[in-house]
Amino acid sequence: MNRRLSLFLRFLRLGFFTIGGGYAMVPLIEREVVDDSHWLTREDYYKTILLTQSVPGPIAVNTAFVVGRQIAGLSGGLVSASGVVLPSFAIILVIAINFASFHNVPVVEAVFRGIRTAVVALIAAAGVRLARERIELFTFVLAAAGLAAILFLNVSPFLLVLAFIAAGISRAYIRQRRSGGTSSRDTGNPADGNPADGQSEPEDGAP
Amino acid sequence: MMILLQLFVSFLKIGLFSFGGGYAMLPLIQDEIVRLHGWVTQANFVDIIAIAQITPGPIAVNSATFVGYHVAGVPGAVIATFAVVSGPLVLAAIVVRLADRFSSSYLVQGALTGLRPALLALIAYSAISIARTSFTGVVTVLVGVGAFALLIFTRVHPLIILGATALIGGLFLGG
Repeated sequence: MNRRLSLFLRFLRLGFFTIGGGYAMVPLIEREVVDDSHWLTREDYYKTILLTQSVPGPIAVNTAFVVGRQIAGLSGGLVSASGVVLPSFAIILVIAINFASFHNVPVVEAVFRGIRTAVVALIAAAGVRLARERIELFTFVLAAAGLAAILFLNVSPFLLVLAFIAAGISRAYIRQRRSGGTSSRDTGNPADGNPADGQSEPEDGAP
Repeated sequence: MMILLQLFVSFLKIGLFSFGGGYAMLPLIQDEIVRLHGWVTQANFVDIIAIAQITPGPIAVNSATFVGYHVAGVPGAVIATFAVVSGPLVLAAIVVRLADRFSSSYLVQGALTGLRPALLALIAYSAISIARTSFTGVVTVLVGVGAFALLIFTRVHPLIILGATALIGGLFLGG
């Protein structure tokens, strides 16, 4: 019980500092649960982080849940996730309640007109950073095709995500079959005899 | 009651599809809350992103709380926020249980590899569609390009850039 309360309070405090995207939280959580409280070893912590990154959803919330669960079971995970969400929930609720009244003030509307330009810049910059990381030509070609599909064919972004995931899985499956691997489609059969490594980057040359 | 159910389904969907964190998920949120349901206008959607940038919390969670309140008051805010995090949490619990088998599976790696170009496409689409809303004249384009250059070529903190554009907006973009 005590540990759960402590988890809740620690993640509540962290919840105030999640400005600028979930990845910024990784070292902050590490300090709380590894260095300060010794609840997890550094190795276990990083294994956890790697796992949560292959799951959809907000990184900060997923990490809080998985780390809390490791430390104090399911209820530990739930209190940690609630703790990390609560500050942003409360702050946005207060803003939302007052939004209509202050948004009609001309100065506020003008301020937002300015900020909206920065939002474009932030997103474009994030795109450039991502593109720099993944410079393979084929990735760009596929991305351009995906962009064209959304822009000109009105393809739903949900459908695009599903289609690309399906293509990635099919390609991995066909490669595995071709490379003379066992015909097992069991996902538990690692492609590289290197299980439990966690560091698993996709096979080289993959787009 | 119906509206709460719609909010729940929409944000459950958004949560389950929000891979890659941050901006890649914006088109999904936009598709649901602006195009499909018309809960907020496109300009308000951009405002929500702006607010999400200057307050703590993931964008998906922030937009869930905001839109939920906007559409159905405090119960809406609670339902939408719960919906957007609950799907991923269930998946996370499953993945941790499968742990080693999961991360070393070639099929999972294949899925993640396939996701990369999709995320790039979604971010590019976000930038284009939000530029259409935000760039309303010469001044806004210049400010946006300037902010982009600062973000790419300098180490100025994004919050400072947001503050500066807010100031410019207040001084020069009124009326």
